[in-house]
Amino acid sequence: MSSAVLSPSDSASRPRPAFLLAGLGVVPRLLIICGALLGLLFAALTYGAATGPTRIPYGDVADALLQYAGADRGVDASSATYRIVTLVRLPGLMVAALVGAALACAGAAMQGLFRNPLADPGVIGVSAGASLGVVLAVTQAASLGSAWLFGAGPLGAALWRVPVAAFIGAMLAALAVYVLSLQRGRTNLAALLLAGIALNAVLGALTSVLLLRTADFNAMRTVLTWLVGSLEGRGWDYFRVIQWPILAAAGLILLYSRDLNLLLIGEESAQALGVNVARTRLIVLALASLLTASAVSVAGSISFVGLIVPHILRLIIGPDHRVLLPASLLGGAAFLVLADAVARTVIAPELLPVGTVTALVGGPFFLLLLWRNRRRIAVF
Amino acid sequence: MKQTRNNGYRAPDAPLLHAGPISYSRDGQAILCGITFSVAAGELVGLIGPNGAGKSTLLKVIGGLWSGAQGPITLAGRPLARYSARAIAQQVAHVPQITALDFPFTVQQIALMGRNPHLGRFQIETARDRQIVTEALRRTGTLALADRLIGTLSGGERQRVLIARALAQEPRLLLLDEPTANLDLQHQIGVLELVRDLVRQGQLGAVAAVHDLELAARFCDRLVLLHEGRVLTDGTPERVLSPGPLRTAYGVNTRSYPDPVTGYLRLAVLDGAPVPDASEVAHAAP
Repeated sequence: MSSAVLSPSDSASRPRPAFLLAGLGVVPRLLIICGALLGLLFAALTYGAATGPTRIPYGDVADALLQYAGADRGVDASSATYRIVTLVRLPGLMVAALVGAALACAGAAMQGLFRNPLADPGVIGVSAGASLGVVLAVTQAASLGSAWLFGAGPLGAALWRVPVAAFIGAMLAALAVYVLSLQRGRTNLAALLLAGIALNAVLGALTSVLLLRTADFNAMRTVLTWLVGSLEGRGWDYFRVIQWPILAAAGLILLYSRDLNLLLIGEESAQALGVNVARTRLIVLALASLLTASAVSVAGSISFVGLIVPHILRLIIGPDHRVLLPASLLGGAAFLVLADAVARTVIAPELLPVGTVTALVGGPFFLLLLWRNRRRIAVF
Repeated sequence: MKQTRNNGYRAPDAPLLHAGPISYSRDGQAILCGITFSVAAGELVGLIGPNGAGKSTLLKVIGGLWSGAQGPITLAGRPLARYSARAIAQQVAHVPQITALDFPFTVQQIALMGRNPHLGRFQIETARDRQIVTEALRRTGTLALADRLIGTLSGGERQRVLIARALAQEPRLLLLDEPTANLDLQHQIGVLELVRDLVRQGQLGAVAAVHDLELAARFCDRLVLLHEGRVLTDGTPERVLSPGPLRTAYGVNTRSYPDPVTGYLRLAVLDGAPVPDASEVAHAAP
C-alpha cells in the first residue's frame, strides 16, 4: 500500500477552513472554548445587572457580582449598588441564564439526534403542550376549581399555577408523541417528527379556541405574555425549583455526547460502533424534553434560542457534541441574559417580552449567518 | 485441533464466527434460507453472488446489526444474541458501503470513533487511543489526510478512512460490504491488498462482499457463492468459480483460465444461452 494515491485535490474541493482549534484534543478545546464562553457569560451578566432604571457603572457591577460569588472585592454589602445588583437584578438574570442554557443544550442535542438542523424540542410538541397546559390552567381555573390539581394539588398556589401547568403539559405532549411514534418497540424518527407536527397543530388549535372563548382580560394577558416568553419578575423561587432538573438533565445529556457524534454519521454505523441506538434515543429525547419543559415552565415558549445558539456555535467550533453541548449551555445562558437586558431597555421603562427580542434579534442574525455560510450549513 | 463438527464442516481452527443454518426474513420476505457460514482467524472469505442474493444481509446479520435471524450464530464461541452492541463492536468491525459522509468531521475524528466501543461513558480518548488511530491511519495510507474534512475526500480515500476506523476498533473480525464498489482500478486493488495483508499479519478474520469475481478470486482465501438466499458453493476460488455454479447463479456460460501475464484466475463469458449439463444441475440443487 505504498502506492497510496494522494493526488492534490482540485480547487473545487479545496479544504474548507477547519473549525476553531480543530487540531487540539477534546480537553484543551473544551477548556479554551468554555473558558471563553464563561467570560462572555460573566460579561453578559455584568451588562444585564448594570442595565435598568438605575444605571450602575460596569466596574461596580462586576465587583459586586464577584463579591457575591465569593471573591473579596471590598464592596460594602449594605450599599445600594450591591443590594440592587444581587437582590433585585441577579435573580432574574440567573433564571434567564438557566433557561437559555437549557433551551440551547436541548436544541443542540435534538439536532444531533434527528440529524436535522431544524429540529428543536418544539418539533416534538413540548412547547405546544406547555401552552395548552397554561391556557387550561389560567382560563379554566374556575371550572376546574374543584379538581384535585387546583385544590390540594400543585396548582393550588397561584404562583405556581402557570409553571406547573406548563411543565405537565410539556411532558405529556412529549410522551404522547413518543408513544405515537413507537414501532415494534423502536422509535421511528420520521413518525416522531410527523406526530409532533400533527400534535402541534391540534394543541395549537385547542389553545386558540380556549383563548378566544375567554372573557377574562387578565387571563388572556397572562397567557399571551407566557406564549411569547417572558422573564418578567422571575426570582430566586423559580431558580431554585428549576435548577435541579436542568442541571441534572444537562449533566446526563453530556454523558451521551459521544453517542450523539456517532448517531450523526448514521444509525447503522453508530450501532456497529457499539451504540445502543434505541436506548440512546429514548434517553436523549427524555432529557431534552425535561430540559425544555423546565425552561418553558418558568419563561414561556421563548423561540429561537434552541435553534440559533447551537447553530452559531456549530459554525465556529464544529459538530463534536463533547464540546458543542457544554458550549451550548454557556452560550445559551449568555445569549438569553443579553436578550433579557435588551428587552428591558428598548422601550424602558416598559418591558418587552424576552421572546420577542430573541426572535427579532436572533432571526435576522441567523439569516445573515445562513447566507454567509450557506455552503457549510448545507452539510449540517 | 482439527475436528469435525456441524455436519462435516471442517474448520481450520475453532471458527471465529459460526452461523447456521440460519434464515432471515424482513417484512415477510425471506432473504436468507438455511445458510451455514463460518470464518476463522487468518482467513479472508469473499461473499459473491448476484444482486439480491443476500450478501449484504448476511454481513449485517452475522455482524449483529440486524437481529431476529432464525438459527444459531456464535461469535468466539458465545451466542451472538447474548452480546451487547458494545461487546460486539469490541470484536467485530464493519466497513459499510460508501455512504454520504458529508459531515464536518475530520478524518482523525472519524477514525477516533472506532475507539468508541473501548471507551466507557465517562472516559475520553487517551494517548494510547490516539496512537492506535494514528497507526490505523498510517496502515491505510491516510495519515496525511488526518486533518482534512471527510466530505472533501475522494471515494477511494474515504473507503480507506472507513477501513482505518475499523482497524482502530482492534477487531478480531472485519466485515466489508462491497469495499471496492465505485472505486477506480488502482483503489480497488489497493483496498483489497490492504485487507489481505491485514488478515495475513494480524490474527483477524475478514469477510468481504465483492462484486467483481476476478478480484474476489485474486485476493480471497475462500469464496462463498450465494444465490437466492442460499449457499450455492463454498470453497476455493477455483472450485467456486467453475462453470456450473456460475451458470446457476448468473445464468451465463463461463470458462476460467489463468491470466497470461499475472497467472491470476480470469473468467471468460461465452456467447450463447447457457446449456446446463446433467452433472452441473445436480451440483446446483440446494
